Amino acid sequence: MQSTRKIRVLIAKPGLDSHDRGAKVVARALRDAGMEVIYTGLRQSPEQIVETALQEDVDVIGLSILSGAHKTLFPRIMELINEEGLTDMVVFAGGIIPQEDMQELRKIGIKGIFGPGTSTETIIKFVLKNAHKRT
Amino acid sequence: MQNTVTKTEEITSGVLAGNRRSIARAITIIENGKAEAKKLIASIYPHTGKAHLIGLTGPGGSGKSTLIEKIVREYRRRGKTVGVVAVDPTSPFTGGAFLGDRIRMQELSTDPDVFIRSMATRNYPGGIARATKDAVKVLDAAGKDLVLVETVGAGQSEVEIIKVAQTVVVTYAPGLGDEIQAIKAGLMEIADIFVVNKADRESADKAVMDIQAMLQLNDKKTAWKPPILKTTALTGEGVPELVEKIEEHRRFLEKEVGRERDLEKAETELVEALKEGIARSIIDELKREGKFEELTRKIVERRTDPASAAEKLLRKQLRRRNDA
Repeated sequence: MQSTRKIRVLIAKPGLDSHDRGAKVVARALRDAGMEVIYTGLRQSPEQIVETALQEDVDVIGLSILSGAHKTLFPRIMELINEEGLTDMVVFAGGIIPQEDMQELRKIGIKGIFGPGTSTETIIKFVLKNAHKRT
Repeated sequence: MQNTVTKTEEITSGVLAGNRRSIARAITIIENGKAEAKKLIASIYPHTGKAHLIGLTGPGGSGKSTLIEKIVREYRRRGKTVGVVAVDPTSPFTGGAFLGDRIRMQELSTDPDVFIRSMATRNYPGGIARATKDAVKVLDAAGKDLVLVETVGAGQSEVEIIKVAQTVVVTYAPGLGDEIQAIKAGLMEIADIFVVNKADRESADKAVMDIQAMLQLNDKKTAWKPPILKTTALTGEGVPELVEKIEEHRRFLEKEVGRERDLEKAETELVEALKEGIARSIIDELKREGKFEELTRKIVERRTDPASAAEKLLRKQLRRRNDA
């Protein structure tokens, strides 16, 4: 058996907006960087996202949101992650997230927040840097 | 090393108790193929063999994922617990993969009695991943009543699924192009059940007739005649009938050829494990002695060919063992 360690990433779309161009661009970029990317599809509840992350045993969870509901959905997702003991998974977020909300989101454990115009390079680097801390 | 042993034991007992996190970790360990993977498989193996293993294969776009979602729901209605392994291809260039089968199975994701795992082929040929058959064992040992495996979109030669599944369902959809072309030789022969999905389309009956015609040319005399069913996965039409057929096939296996198939499967697995072990030990030794590179260079320079080089090596190895 050859030993290969692959970074597995879940790209999830919480909430009710159906704009997933950004999520798909990020998914594609991470795939092209050699990672295994699982995409949930649209309109996922926090419960669905966390359960999927658990079953897929991912290293990283990327949340994409453009509806403005991040202040309700993200804390719920982080709460479930803690409940399930998945705290070794790295969470980052992208989409429309106002500057004034960022600090609060970082405080609840969201490690990276990437707004519009972020290059995919930046996100790839972030994932590579953070994912391998897991054993 | 003491640490690894206890970790394996811990994950094993978690898997046997049906703990979702342990199941997920176990599959990752197996996928990454570390030394602990072998220990893990050895420790769960005695607890396998209870689940019914179903494979779904067929051309890309024939509706496998959507159909799986409906099949799982039908089995859940019947009170069965289910595991799913959904395989998608790895890019041969970047090593990355986009695993999108869950998009069609969203509503199953919070059912505690369903466990779904997406898996990339990691360039293993034949329509599944190297880790697929062992991931299936994990779900089996975890007490799932049945385990469904979805292959990558398969054409003619992706037939590895028969090494994993007891019942193979081959899906097809009308209008995919040169009708039966896509499922001729290989897939045609491994099907226990044919499904023409997207049966609401006009040309569905023609697809059924084409498969029928192909089957009639098949002169193999077998006790099980693969039925051809029509489904519309989007609405769920025809799915209860499909599940009924799968169950019929399961009962047939129990009564008739099940044991024989199990023996065949065990033989294949043993041969493969042996091949891998033999190759590994020879390669490791050559690499230690620095002879591996020397040989590959010789092959590139056309001073020998791969088959002759391998034969010579094997002979030498055998002689060495005899002397020892």
